[in-house]
Amino acid sequence: MPAFTLWWREVVRFYRQRSRVVGVIASPLLFWLVIGSGFGTSFRSGEAAGQQHYLDYFYPGALIMIVLFTSIFTMMSVIEDRKEGFLLSVMVAPVPRSAIVLGKVLGGTTLSAIQGLIFLIFAPFVGVHLGLGDFLMVVLVVFLVSFALTGLGFAIAWPMDSSQAFHAIINLFLIPLWLLSGALFPLSGASGWLRLVMRINPLTYGVEALRELLYPSTSAVSSIAISLTALVLFTLCMFGLCFVMVNRRTTRPAV
Amino acid sequence: MASKTPAYPVVGSEVAPAGVATAVISVRDVIHRYGERTALDGVSFDVRPAELFGLLGPNGSGKTTLFRILSTLMVPVGGHATIMGSDVARDPNRVRRHIGVVFQAQSIDVKLTAAENLMHQGHLYGLHGASLKARILEMLNRVGLADRASEKAETFSGGMQRRLELAKGLLHHPSVLLLDEPTTGLDPGARRDLWQYLAILRDEEHVTVIVTTHLMEEAERCDRLAILNEGKVVALGTPNDLKHEIGGDVILLDAKDATSLARRISERFHVDAQEMQGKVRLERESGHRFITDVVEAFPGEIDAISVSKPTLEDVFIHRTGHRFWTEGGEGAEQ
Repeated sequence: MPAFTLWWREVVRFYRQRSRVVGVIASPLLFWLVIGSGFGTSFRSGEAAGQQHYLDYFYPGALIMIVLFTSIFTMMSVIEDRKEGFLLSVMVAPVPRSAIVLGKVLGGTTLSAIQGLIFLIFAPFVGVHLGLGDFLMVVLVVFLVSFALTGLGFAIAWPMDSSQAFHAIINLFLIPLWLLSGALFPLSGASGWLRLVMRINPLTYGVEALRELLYPSTSAVSSIAISLTALVLFTLCMFGLCFVMVNRRTTRPAV
Repeated sequence: MASKTPAYPVVGSEVAPAGVATAVISVRDVIHRYGERTALDGVSFDVRPAELFGLLGPNGSGKTTLFRILSTLMVPVGGHATIMGSDVARDPNRVRRHIGVVFQAQSIDVKLTAAENLMHQGHLYGLHGASLKARILEMLNRVGLADRASEKAETFSGGMQRRLELAKGLLHHPSVLLLDEPTTGLDPGARRDLWQYLAILRDEEHVTVIVTTHLMEEAERCDRLAILNEGKVVALGTPNDLKHEIGGDVILLDAKDATSLARRISERFHVDAQEMQGKVRLERESGHRFITDVVEAFPGEIDAISVSKPTLEDVFIHRTGHRFWTEGGEGAEQ
């Protein structure tokens, strides 16, 4: 119940702020327009028949990128809640700390997963036609990635008191996390240490899982089972990290 | 006269009624530090059932620190505090069920309506369904917001937001209500309403109320007070007992050379006269008689005289040797 009510508040706040709704729906559309028209055709030309188009290759990565940005940025609300004093009243309530994390993170997850799924509507345009089973698997992967990344955002936002500091740290994380996830160039193309970093990057498994589900014919580097396991582990780690941070009671002001 | 403790003298014949021995809030030797700076330096007091208890002190005296500790937001460096028998540091969830908290800063969500704010709060405290709905309506009626229930809190005035804040803190029938400077930003009318409401809560629902304030006139309305200065309790008792302790009147003399006059008055009349912000200040029984003696003893030196009954500020000066609002120097801001 406490987790539900925190989730509910997050969603209500979202749709009450018209500009956020517009942003969430419009940005995948805009993104699609850009890569679909300009970007896509320039890469498409000159490719040998039978090879995968770069646009097709890029699609799962773009989906992950949308989820990545939304997930982490929704957790800016942790800093706002702290500043507005709202968080104080939640912290003094007899609510399990895990419910506070769960409610807040699920709220962010919902928004970014919705955004990811809006982008997914355009899958048929890159020649992907999903069966119901595969579609549900894709939803699961998008959900896991959203949840884990929202958790990461939460953990970064929790100890911070200014949104500027949050931006600074986030930029440090976001770009490398995405660039080295196999979203732009495949794992097989990377060499040595870079490859190792990509292997460690949990986001790689999100991209891999999506690629495997969307294009079953192309042989992915790791199987869907391995990818899903990695994602679940990543999610649990992030949740655990948030829980530890929120549950820690110290001699310094909690909020 | 109650037994004296070394930390601070307790004044007045305030003996708890027989059988009501258990304190609702018990604070024992609580110490807190922020890094090197000591915010609380061994604070102890008890709050009795259905008492309106005030924590009075200037900014930086440790009120807010104590409030944070009592509301389970922070663990003290030393000492213990219990609320309804549960330790605030070791058993925060038990404490949280008993307390309602009204913060100095706003804690309502202005994007939600008044009713939604209370709905959310109720869910956090495990209330739901028809009983929660009924309770929300009851609270909104009580704080006079029933007709604005479905309007967003951002459209409310400061006073209305404050009332919603109070409704939020009281929604789950807490037996102890903690308020941190609750009248900040309220006009005098709204201030009076709030204090009247706190008295009603105490009298009709037997809620124990503990409230921090830096305003003397608010402190006057409390049943008992702890006056804090630099992390220590410097006085504890009912406002009347504390004022009676001064014994007599407070006399202020305007003079051109207050420092020298204070010294000479002290020598001549064997009193403790002090220079304070350009005036001579002293405490003396039968002040009206004393002033004629002073004027005759130092003709032409005194420009104006005032004699008054002691206020809580006088209690503060009496105990600490300086004014409540020090300019710069000691009473450093938090």
